[in-house]
Amino acid sequence: MGWYNKRLAKSIWVFHVSASPCNNCDIEILDLLTPKYDVERLGIKLVGSVRHADVLLVSGVINQKVAPMVKKIYEQAPKPIFVMGVGTCPSGGCCFNDSYNIVENREDVIPFDIYVPGCPPKPEAMIAGAAKLMEVLNG
Amino acid sequence: MKLSENMNQVPVGPFHPLLEEAEYFNLTVEGETVVDIDLDIGWMHRGHEFISEQKTFTQSIFLVERICGICSTSHPLACVHAIEDVDNIEIPERAAYIRTLVGELERIHSHLLWLGLAGHFIGYDTLWMWAWKYREPVLQMFEIISGNRNHYGVMRVGGVSRDIDLDRVKELHKILDTVDAKIKMIAAAAPDDPVLKSRLVGVGVLTNQDAIDMCAVGPTSRASGVPWDVRKDEPTDAYGLVDFDVIVLQNGDVWDKLVVRLLETLESTKICRQCLDKLKTVKGPILNNVKEISAGEGIGRYEAPRGEVFHYVRTDGSNRAIRHKIRAPSYVNIPTYSASCKGIPIADALITLAAVDPCYCCTERALRVKGEDPDAIDFVKLSREKTERIRREIHGH
Repeated sequence: MGWYNKRLAKSIWVFHVSASPCNNCDIEILDLLTPKYDVERLGIKLVGSVRHADVLLVSGVINQKVAPMVKKIYEQAPKPIFVMGVGTCPSGGCCFNDSYNIVENREDVIPFDIYVPGCPPKPEAMIAGAAKLMEVLNG
Repeated sequence: MKLSENMNQVPVGPFHPLLEEAEYFNLTVEGETVVDIDLDIGWMHRGHEFISEQKTFTQSIFLVERICGICSTSHPLACVHAIEDVDNIEIPERAAYIRTLVGELERIHSHLLWLGLAGHFIGYDTLWMWAWKYREPVLQMFEIISGNRNHYGVMRVGGVSRDIDLDRVKELHKILDTVDAKIKMIAAAAPDDPVLKSRLVGVGVLTNQDAIDMCAVGPTSRASGVPWDVRKDEPTDAYGLVDFDVIVLQNGDVWDKLVVRLLETLESTKICRQCLDKLKTVKGPILNNVKEISAGEGIGRYEAPRGEVFHYVRTDGSNRAIRHKIRAPSYVNIPTYSASCKGIPIADALITLAAVDPCYCCTERALRVKGEDPDAIDFVKLSREKTERIRREIHGH
């Protein structure tokens, strides 16, 4: 799929999946679209449907209730799809590891390809993460 | 609700392009008119109260900060108020000004964020880009104060964790001036905008009586003529020492909620300026050393951007709370949908849902165990029994 990935890297369309976050990564993701960071100049666009997406931005520790929905969204996405975990929650669980309501293994719900840690990560860090993903796709 | 022949159900969510958070609405429509609304929450429940009871007081401040990314001053502030209330701990004057400054900056950023999203919800992205562009300097101010754009980690029991030195105060003053000018420009331009007016005036009206009956708080109630503001009614921190007005409007539609928030943002810049002026002259410590918290209970409240946030803490003399109860403002504002959404066209429903500035991350403190029939459980009875049990534990009779 090398030829496909190279074309995909030119303009990645992202879909935002909020899997029980604290909202903060989500507003930073929206911040990416606004004039200061304006990621549309890099070809990155937030889309309304998972069917149009190339990358899923997943934020939050995935809780028991939202986990089946997140799984469903991943299944509905056209393949190949890449999953970016935004924030400390997907990568380390932040301060919620003692909770009774979060899934034990987030990788079982949705296979992450790249993590951007930070609570919340700065928009610059998210752009750096996207750039790294593009680098990998370009081979 | 039983559906008649010409009624339909329109599901919105849990993942919908307009919704930032995962939540599920079920709108019952007759033709184009919304006749009933049902919502399902719990997609964000992470068990904060449970985790907080296992952490020390200082740790739980960081935890409650992560209830919601937009209220990340309000929750810690209400939490430290509650812990301080147990032993009537006083805080230094300088700390009070820093707390108020951070709280009001958060209000500016939250209201501008809502204004932008409201524009986005009615398909008016220009307003979104504008509002968020002028919100950026506020986040820059937070970065100067705390080192982070969103989670600040400033609050401590007995004061604040970080001081702001004179150079930074001057820099903050400069940025605040630019923010103030831009907000004044938006506040002057937005009310004259024919697009906004035609979409928002008279939409989703919450009457004064409904606002009182449903115990609405914050800008939602103040747009309906209920002059209830914790900052004014029970001033904590430096709110008793600064001069500001409570904005109250009467109509209760989405338009009035927008205007209340815009004018409140201007009041907040006024408070910030007074705090920065005081920080130049008021010197002293920023943190009282609190050795231990005795057994007892305490309540803490703060006027978050969305309304009154309430924390209850019960302690047993150890270094952690044995009960930590949180009530977020959206939890009481969300039931107003049943009054404001009925009878409006479905095209106006989403902006009406967004008008109370709902924060589902804050709201989702309760969880129903899977497998039980919700209709069979009498939640009011359970709640009363629990209150009675706690009362007996505390008072012993």
